[in-house]
Amino acid sequence: MPTIKYILRDGSEHEVNVETGSSVMQGALDHMIEGIEAECGGFCSCATCHCYVDEPWLEKLSEPSDAEKEMLEFTFDPMPNSRLSCQITVTDELDGLIVRLPEEQS
Amino acid sequence: MALSCVVIGASHAAAELVSTLRREGWDGEITVFGEEFYLPYHRPPLSKTFLLQNQTPEDILIRNSDLYDRLSVNFRLGRQVSKIDRAKKQIILGDGVKVGYDKLAICTGSRVRKLDVNGGEVRGIHYLRTVDDVKSIQASIKTRGKAIIIGGGYIGLEMAASLKKIGMEVTLLELSSRLLERVAASELAEFFARVHGEEGIEIKCNKSVSSFESTDGRVKAVACSDGSVYDADFVVVGVGILPNIELAEDAGLRIHNGIVVDQYSRTSDPDIVAAGDCTNHPNELLDCRLRLESVPNAVEQAKSAAASICGKKRAYASIPWFWSDQYDLKLQMVGINRGYDEIVLRGDYKSNRSFVLFYLRQGQLIAADCVNRPKEFMVVKQILSKRLRVDISLLSDESISPREFIVG
Ligand SMILES: Cc1cc2nc3c(=O)[nH]c(=O)nc-3n(C[C@H](O)[C@H](O)[C@H](O)COP(=O)(O)OP(=O)(O)OC[C@H]3O[C@@H](n4cnc5c(N)ncnc54)[C@H](O)[C@@H]3O)c2cc1C
Ligand code: FES
Repeated sequence: MPTIKYILRDGSEHEVNVETGSSVMQGALDHMIEGIEAECGGFCSCATCHCYVDEPWLEKLSEPSDAEKEMLEFTFDPMPNSRLSCQITVTDELDGLIVRLPEEQS
Repeated sequence: MALSCVVIGASHAAAELVSTLRREGWDGEITVFGEEFYLPYHRPPLSKTFLLQNQTPEDILIRNSDLYDRLSVNFRLGRQVSKIDRAKKQIILGDGVKVGYDKLAICTGSRVRKLDVNGGEVRGIHYLRTVDDVKSIQASIKTRGKAIIIGGGYIGLEMAASLKKIGMEVTLLELSSRLLERVAASELAEFFARVHGEEGIEIKCNKSVSSFESTDGRVKAVACSDGSVYDADFVVVGVGILPNIELAEDAGLRIHNGIVVDQYSRTSDPDIVAAGDCTNHPNELLDCRLRLESVPNAVEQAKSAAASICGKKRAYASIPWFWSDQYDLKLQMVGINRGYDEIVLRGDYKSNRSFVLFYLRQGQLIAADCVNRPKEFMVVKQILSKRLRVDISLLSDESISPREFIVG
């Protein structure tokens, strides 16, 4: 099972195993990691699962959809490495992925 | 001795409630009784990916089973609760077994409204609420067959889109004079009627279904009161839901279009909370009471219910919102348009598939329906949640960014 590291706003790090086929958002919820709301439950509809992906990993991810890009633009403090974590499917290739959580979910 | 919390309904609200309980520091027992045989799962995919892509219930769980194990949450699935005895602080299961509680959470959600017409007891007539409903739909679907959908609400429309994708010939029958009568403005209904027409769905309004015709115990046609008859290999009924309030009502809790709770999700009994589709709750931001049928409502309300169980106060005061995915459309609705006296249009709903309908009441923005307009949705959600001031004159101006709607 791939390992994903979530770094919270307060600097605390949480390294957890997430099943392939699951999402980075789901991984956080299944491990009680705070800072992801996921109001819609993972259907690219709420943008309350915003995260920042550590640069080297960014290119390993599939392109965000237009809807995701547009919602990201209007999250709290968007950055070039912003993604909606429910739209990142966990694969073996993402073993070691590092994501940081924002100060606020919109 | 550790206290015990019992949850009725292995629902969306329950999944959120039990994890929040542990986060809030509840260290007593937690037992969830669920009538269905599955851990809490997402219902939105049922009409879409779950139906079309042969997903399993494990694929759509709200939290994985490992988490519940780690949190020591005990699920008793396939068990129906038939009574709440408040005096003895216990629940009684269908088989008579009694289970005591210190704190009780009612998360019973809602069930489909059944169509009460002649001939409805045959094979081939389906409803859609649960995984098992979809399994029986899948067993009964015939590619290239004729599907009749009864009811032009979101469930009916999402089903129409999915059945079309499978290759069925789809006709949708609606009782009132337009789609989405109960839940949306006529402009939005007109838009969806056009799009579904373009996608090849036949929509018939003002159709009151009066009976089903069958051969060998299987539906073969749907008859309407105006004499029209539609051949059918397969029927899906989506005519609304009813909140599951009976347990609470029998126990003497206050009921008024749902189980009445306060902003902390507390019922009229201090040891009982309720959350999700089954509740009627106040909304401070909107200054009214609501009963909502949506995922965000179940999630947010459950968090406040969990806090209350732990003796903390966390008010539930979110702007209601909802989404629906059909074809290439993402509809995101935010706010409650009740009592609107003006609609401002951004974009073109008569010939395009991307626009916003803003609802105003006395010059104030109160709600928006956004079709393929995620930016506007995000902005309006912030405006309504934070009560920001808006320059109404800019809403329809496509040359400016939605960001600029906000004054100051
Ligand atoms: C096909 C479909 C598509 C949807 N799409 C969307 C969407 O796009 N966006 C959105 O926001 N919402 C959508 N919804 C609505 C959303 O799924 C519901 O609002 C949400 O599931 C409500 O959650 P809940 O916790 O109130 O209860 P529910 O999910 O309704 O669960 C209640 C559970 O309690 C159990 N129960 C009831 N009584 C008892 C008892 N006496 N004993 C034991 N168990 C009991 C039931 O069996 C059920 O499992 C959709 C719903 C469906 C069916
Ligand atoms: S969980 Fe809602 S957009 Fe990701």
